[in-house]
Amino acid sequence: MMAFLQSGPVQTALLLSGAAALLCGALGLFTVLRGQAFAGHALADVSSAGGAGGLLFGLSPLLGFLVFGLMGVGALEILQTRRTAARDEAAGILLGAGLGLTALLLHLCLAGHGASGAAQAVMFGAMFSAPPGEALWACLLAGLSLLVLAFIARPLLLASLDQELALVSGAPVRGLGILFLLLLALGVTLAAMTVGAILATALLIGPAATALRLVRGPVMAAAFSAALGLAACWGGIVLAYASYGWMPGRTWPVSFFIVALLLGFYAAARLGRRA
Amino acid sequence: MSYVMEVWLAASLVALAAGAAGFFVVMRRAGFAAHALPMAAFPGAAAASLFGFPLWAGLAGFALGGAGVLALVQRTARRDAATALLLAALLAVGALFLSLSGHYAGSVYGLLFGQVFALGVGDLPMLGLIGVCVPLLLWLGLRPLSLSALSPDLMQVQGGRPWVAELLFLALLALAAGFAVPVTGALLVFSLMLGPGAAAARLSNRPGAGLVLAMALALGLAWAALGLAYVSDWPVGFFTGVGAALVYLLARLKPL
Repeated sequence: MMAFLQSGPVQTALLLSGAAALLCGALGLFTVLRGQAFAGHALADVSSAGGAGGLLFGLSPLLGFLVFGLMGVGALEILQTRRTAARDEAAGILLGAGLGLTALLLHLCLAGHGASGAAQAVMFGAMFSAPPGEALWACLLAGLSLLVLAFIARPLLLASLDQELALVSGAPVRGLGILFLLLLALGVTLAAMTVGAILATALLIGPAATALRLVRGPVMAAAFSAALGLAACWGGIVLAYASYGWMPGRTWPVSFFIVALLLGFYAAARLGRRA
Repeated sequence: MSYVMEVWLAASLVALAAGAAGFFVVMRRAGFAAHALPMAAFPGAAAASLFGFPLWAGLAGFALGGAGVLALVQRTARRDAATALLLAALLAVGALFLSLSGHYAGSVYGLLFGQVFALGVGDLPMLGLIGVCVPLLLWLGLRPLSLSALSPDLMQVQGGRPWVAELLFLALLALAAGFAVPVTGALLVFSLMLGPGAAAARLSNRPGAGLVLAMALALGLAWAALGLAYVSDWPVGFFTGVGAALVYLLARLKPL
């Protein structure tokens, strides 16, 4: 156990995944209530192009993921229309263009550097090999975002549950929506660095969907959701560390354990409520 | 048949099925489902390589299983959250299988983004079956599928079963997407569906004409992507994803 906690990569992974889990847990609650799971997934997919670009040009992964995530928010805002059906279309088209760019950048990575693990690292996460400084930045950014989220939580909740009532009561609904998407871009960036760009959605949606089934009240649900995300991430890291001894020469990916724990929580909540 | 011809034929068959499915994806507002279901091919192919059964069996098994699970979870209230979790589950299982088979790092890129130039002549009969049957079945189901998408209540009154239509649609979608994976990869078959489908829905206002237009646009997109990839040596997926966005943006120029 001491060897586990004293290992540098494990410490980085614990910090990074902790920051991602807490922020995504809280953001996920609003994402599910607003029906924006697809938009969140699209932002994560678009940010993967930044992750790949970061690898290709040797930049910081945090910066790469984040820049493309924020650009994704801008594109979503431009493509957005009033019809809800067209909203999904726009997110889908954006996601496809982003992934196309990822395909190109990863192809150049593979061809130029011979980095065969590039696709795996960007899409399925590489939290054990993240630079330690990035984990501290991640904690700082997550803390700031949680403060902003707490500050706008009340009007945002109203706008999420009843848009017309929020408009009548004078809340800046559109501005809140954009601010929320910006926070979401940061959240999926941290999640993409932890469990990978295409699995980031699990960390965003899994804990929140579970919490909404079990807990009443938005504050309790957000806290419970963040706690579930943290439990899944740290539990996954412990299991991945332990799995080195299970099958000699074969490793179990840490992202698999985290997603499996999240899905286990969700399934248990569904079955538990029905019984 | 020359090697380039084989690849070209395979991509055309995949595009026909994807275009037809894509038109219904847009009409039924199943964009997220259409993104999640192709992911079933990722664990499908990985399981085939780990346990040693044929690739097509793995693809079809996971595609149909994914469609079944999706049809089940969609009947609950929060559709998009459940779809997101199914997507993550499929990808995580695929990552585990690849990791256990020892081909993790090498196979991830090919399965997610496609390796069209790795196809062989033995794959063509299966692709031909999918490329012909999926559009044909969708064409035959045009009326019930449109009705259940536009007004499930009316369909119920007439004695039809909307959930049967939904399940059949998801199964066809999953098959069309699953077999496109060797060509475009699990992530980008979605672009080949959604771009042409959304453009066709904007450009035509009759279902039959829209279906044909979506297939034609998908075919054009696949040919252009393949040709550009051949000339530039860049991945097909890049041209598919960006090309689909261009097709969609051009169609959006037309006022509604």
